[in-house]
Order: sequence, then structure tokens, then C-alpha cells
Amino acid sequence: MTAPVTLSDLNHWFGTYHALRDVSLEIEAGEYVTLLGPSGCGKTTLLSVLGGFVEPTQGKVLIGGRDMTRVAPAKRPTTTMFQDYALFPHMSLRDNVAFGLRMAGAGRKERHARAEAMLDLVGLRAEAGKRPHELSGGQRQRVALARALAVEPDVLLLDEPLGALDLKLRRAMQDELKAIQRQVGTTFVHVTHDQEEAMAIADRIVVMNAGRIEDHGAPARIYNEPATLFAADFMGEMNHIPGRITSQGIETAFGLLPVAAGGSGEATVCLRPEAMETGQGGVTLGPARVRDAAFFGTHCRAHLVPDAAPDMVLIAHLPAGALPTAGETLTLSAKPGDFLVFPKEA
Amino acid sequence: MMRALPWAYLLAAFVFIYLPVGALVLFSFQSGSLPVPPFNGPSLRWYGEILGDADLMEALRNSLFVAFGSSSVAVSLGFLAAYGLARHVLPGSVFARGLLIAPLTVSYLIVGLGLLIVLTRSGLGLSLWTAGIGHVVINLPLAFAIIYASMGAQQQNAERAARDLGANEAQVIGLITVPILLPSIAAAFFLSVTLSWDEFIISFLLTRFDVTLPVEIWSLLRSGLSPRLNAIGSLVFLISITVVLFLEILVFRRRK
Repeated sequence: MTAPVTLSDLNHWFGTYHALRDVSLEIEAGEYVTLLGPSGCGKTTLLSVLGGFVEPTQGKVLIGGRDMTRVAPAKRPTTTMFQDYALFPHMSLRDNVAFGLRMAGAGRKERHARAEAMLDLVGLRAEAGKRPHELSGGQRQRVALARALAVEPDVLLLDEPLGALDLKLRRAMQDELKAIQRQVGTTFVHVTHDQEEAMAIADRIVVMNAGRIEDHGAPARIYNEPATLFAADFMGEMNHIPGRITSQGIETAFGLLPVAAGGSGEATVCLRPEAMETGQGGVTLGPARVRDAAFFGTHCRAHLVPDAAPDMVLIAHLPAGALPTAGETLTLSAKPGDFLVFPKEA
Repeated sequence: MMRALPWAYLLAAFVFIYLPVGALVLFSFQSGSLPVPPFNGPSLRWYGEILGDADLMEALRNSLFVAFGSSSVAVSLGFLAAYGLARHVLPGSVFARGLLIAPLTVSYLIVGLGLLIVLTRSGLGLSLWTAGIGHVVINLPLAFAIIYASMGAQQQNAERAARDLGANEAQVIGLITVPILLPSIAAAFFLSVTLSWDEFIISFLLTRFDVTLPVEIWSLLRSGLSPRLNAIGSLVFLISITVVLFLEILVFRRRK
């Protein structure tokens, strides 16, 4: 089961704290959306509004076209997978997964069959009789997923579901979550502060900051052409070069960069570390001294101090085969299309 | 020498604690009519006599009735108070919590006297029920404190998940909260039972014709020492020990 979600003009205050500011968002049926942002950006509040745990001060929540703004969690076609899993410690996995069906009035035989099918989906059918405390973190997480999906919600809400897992397990679970979402077709809304996780898993990323949606779109679009400086920074490492917009291009410490930009006045020019190249190229930034460099497997990460701006430190991802030594001088360049420009906010 | 000292201390402490009980139990098997040395037994004469005593057996049944009845009420009320205060933001909840715990600091004599005045003024006759009310008053704060202390964020999240999956409030309490808190609820219950079982002052003040066992023992004491009393005491001790063992096996073993 699956349904589209429409959020319109949501505002929420916790006392005097403005937690959500004019949030509007359309989520398609069967879409995998991640809400990405730092702690306190409002992403968990937004998820709670979707799940019915928080009633927004203003605005509307439509799920499958029906107004759900003031409907209790139990009556919504949503289920939540909580950060700490919130499994019932006194019940077997089978009873945990069957709980929602029991509340819906399903008979014992029917709900057990369905619970076992759901446990099968997450690879835990053989453990159906165990209690949650006998499981590892990753297994508990799967049970929580099976329990939330067993009631066939239209929308599944995931609150930092992978936060408690170690890195390797987290990457494995990301793939599994995505595969299960494809299989069941339910709309997934997933909250995280890990941009790699968001990129690995989402059809669409919604970047949030200070209660606002900064940008939303496909991962590649947000990474390559972010709508705001915040989104650009949050999606990965970024070099900042201060400048001033003129009619010919942008004036910086490296001279006039031939980059088209609207508006005028102060601006920040951004360049991803992997867009840095050595040698003469499209736009030459001139010589820079290597402060330090380290081998990262797929690339070498270097901090460079450009001669043209000695108080600036640039980060570059250089080819893995050529580890520069500290003190060495390299000539830096980049393609004109790789620069991003954001006018400075007043 | 230095190594023996702690052992000697331990032994002395245990003798100090258990010698009176040991002596009481030993002389309950006395066959003479005075519970003093020399010991001339063993004999079950006094046990036979008390088990055949209708008044005593009646008092024992009354005590069990009051203990289990008042503990059930105290634990139910204590649980509901703890649930309300732990799960909801209520105006004056700090004050309410203080007020619930405060009776712990009031002596049983004052509680008993207060209730006696209120009950006689209101025209309710004294009975086992009024003694039971007194025991609810003294056990409710204890039950509340034990259960409230064990309500943590983890159960709260489980309750939230249950609501999300469609459970109503009664189902959340019955299927999630109570089962998760069962160890502390049982601990509160058995502790209340033992306290009520032993309690004398309140029962003495608030009963009239039907009395509890401690009150019956007290009236027997007035006619002087007898191995009968030792036998009753041993029996009371046996029942208390059984309840404590129940608590240990049922509640604390399962936690491991």
C-alpha cells in the first residue's frame, strides 16, 4: 500500500521556538524521500508532524488526499520506525511484528502467518520465537522494520533508523532498506543527518536548516547544483572563495573568474575538492603550496595554500596515483562549469 | 588473628539478628507449659493447640484477607498515580508527587489516630475494612515510589510505538506498560503484603470484633507467656519468609 503526501504551509512553534517555518512539500506515492539536515533543523519535528505525534501550529498534512493534520497516530495510514527501535521486550519477535495486526482485530492464525512472512522478508523467520534482547542491533532494526510494515501502511516514517549501527552494518542496511522499499512500494520518509546515507538511499533529498527547506531534488542535482550555500556545504566538502559579482565575471583573489552570475555585490564562489585539477586548465587558479596530503584509497586529499591568497586553505582531491609531498608547489585549475556562485546574504 | 576478626564480627551480627527468632522457634516445640529453659521437647503439642483454636485461625484468615486486599488496592492506585505523573505533563505534578510520598514520613500511630477520628466522626463502624483502608494509606506511597522509579524512557518509546500501531490507551497499559513493569509491580505488591501482614498499631486502632493476627497475639500476650505464642510467632514467621522467597524467585531471578 502506498499514498502521496502533501504538506502545505506548515509552521510549528515549541513555546517561542519556531521549529518549522513555512514548510511545503509534495511527496509522490512510492517515493523514497530523505529529510537531511543538522541537529535541530526541524527534520524530526517534521517527521513527528507526519506521524501525528506533533500537531502543527499552522498548515495542513494530506496523506492520500485526506486531511490528516489532527488525526491521532493510531488512526493514520502511517507507521514509524523509531530511532531506538522501541521493540516490546516482553514479546517474541512474532508477537512484536503481529502487534499492529492484533490491534486491527486480526485472528491469531492470520496475524502469525503474516508476521512470519514479514520476518521472512527481513531474513529473521528462523528467530521468530526469540525475544528482542537476544538479538544484535542490526537484527532488532530489521524486526522494527518488519513490525512497521506488517500493518501495510501507506507511508513509513523512519527516524534516524541506522544511527545506532556501526558503519559497515549501516551501509549494508541502507542497501537492504532500499531493496525492501522497492519490493513493497510503500512511500518511505527517512530522517538522517548523514549525507552519504541520504545519497545512497533516496530518490529525493530534502535539505533542511533552521526549520526551513533549503533545497529538494535528486541526490546528483543537489550535490552538483545546490540551490543554496547551506545545501552546497551540507552535501559534502566545499571550498569557499570570497568574491564580487561584476558584469564580466567574478572578481576574486585569483583574478577575474569567467563565471556567469546574476545579481551584484558580494558573493561566495564554491568549488568541490574533486573539481580541483593540477596543471594549466580551463580556469587557472595559479600556484599553491601543499600544506599536507593524505592517501584515501580512491583519491589523495590535500590542503593547499594558494600563493595568490596566502590566508586561504583549499582542499583538493587529487588522483590516487600521485601523492604530493608537503611543501611542494602545484598549479591548480578547474573547469568553468564546476564553479558555483551564491550571492552573499544581506 | 586479623583474618578471623571479620568472620567473628559476621558471626556476632548474625547471632544478634537471628538468636531471638531461633529461640522463639525452638521453644515453640517445648512440651512443658513455659517457654523458658530447660528445653524439654520436641513436641508439637502447642502447634496442635493453636491450629485447633477457632479464634486464632479466624484472625489468621482475616490478616491474609487484609494483607492481600489492601495491597491489591494500594498497588493499583500507586501504579495509576505513577503512570499519570510519569507520562503526562500536569500542573503541580511536583507537588502531587510530594503529597503522594509524604505519608511515608508520618508515623503509623498518627495515621491510625487520624483515621480513627475521621472514621468514628463519619459514623462508619470499625471493621477489617477500616484496617484495610489504613494499610492502603501506608502502602500506597511505597507502591507509588517503587513503580514510579522504574518508569523510564524506554517503556515510553514502546508505548509510543504501540499507539502508532493502533493501540488505544487501555491496550497500551494492559499489553505494554504493565507487562514491562511487572517485576516492580510484583515487588511493590509483595512488599505491601509483608508490611500489612506484620502491622499492629493501625490494625489495633481500627478493628473491633474481627481482628487481625497481630492484634489477636497482643490480646493473648496479656494472659502471660506460653509456648502457644511461640508457635503462633513461628507460624507468622514462616508465612513472611514464604512471601519473601516468592518475591525473590518470581521477581528478582527473572531479571538476570
